[in-house]
Amino acid sequence: MAGLVASVVNLDRPGHYLHWWVIQLSLANFVVIVLMLVVFALALVVPFPKLHERDRPKKERP
Amino acid sequence: MTVPPPVRPAADDVPGSWTAALRRRAIDELPPERLLPDRQPAYVSSWVYLFGVLTLAALVVVIASGSILALKGPEWWHHSSLGHFMNSVHLWSVELFFFFMVIHLWGQFFMASWRGNRGLTWVTGAVAFLASIGTAFTGYVIQSNFDSQWIATQAKDGMNAVGIGAFWNVLDFGQMLLWHVLLLPIAIGIIVALHLLMVRRHGVVAPIGVDADGNLIDSGTTTDAS
Repeated sequence: MAGLVASVVNLDRPGHYLHWWVIQLSLANFVVIVLMLVVFALALVVPFPKLHERDRPKKERP
Repeated sequence: MTVPPPVRPAADDVPGSWTAALRRRAIDELPPERLLPDRQPAYVSSWVYLFGVLTLAALVVVIASGSILALKGPEWWHHSSLGHFMNSVHLWSVELFFFFMVIHLWGQFFMASWRGNRGLTWVTGAVAFLASIGTAFTGYVIQSNFDSQWIATQAKDGMNAVGIGAFWNVLDFGQMLLWHVLLLPIAIGIIVALHLLMVRRHGVVAPIGVDADGNLIDSGTTTDAS
């Protein structure tokens, strides 16, 4: 498993950097920012599980 | 959310007692059912409301792993397998802490969660975020490796450039270590505790267009959304 990860992400070399105008950030930080945006979007659209019947207060049960 | 009536002085309270007055004030502001509620409004059933508590959970792991690193010292975290592991647990819990905290910040920002007299809740959250950045930075410069020396020298130039280099010497390992393991964690602990108490005091903010009881607000009329 470690070998597989190492073959995809080689950390034993200088990091990759992205440049846009005056903005410079590492590829690793860019990936983290994209992941945060994806998780945020999913949190807004993915339905939340319904409350289990046994956890519902008795007065609300049908 | 139903607001409980204020707690009035009990008949057997000693007149003028500051402890009785403080107790009444504390119970008035944060009655037990509000401090540890067992129910939340219907609108809280959304993943976006989870990121605050996820941030808190990550912070617990950060503090626990950091405490172990502080007890064992740099020799241990640099030269033993368990030390390497605990060092990584500390790093990755910090990564998750910031990951969740930024999403929590986005969620609260777009919900304008300073509404409903929650301004101080928002401010304490923002201050906790800034203090966390300072704590992470001091953590980077006390790794005691080449990476930390590089970060410290670059930061020293940056701090001098903006005129605050006289207040902190980021090349001073001892000073940075004490900021990282003592002063800033205490500050974050106090700010986060205040933040949580304020969240409990005012309740979780409703989405825009929904009142505190979960009813849709539509041009002055309300309809049940729960």
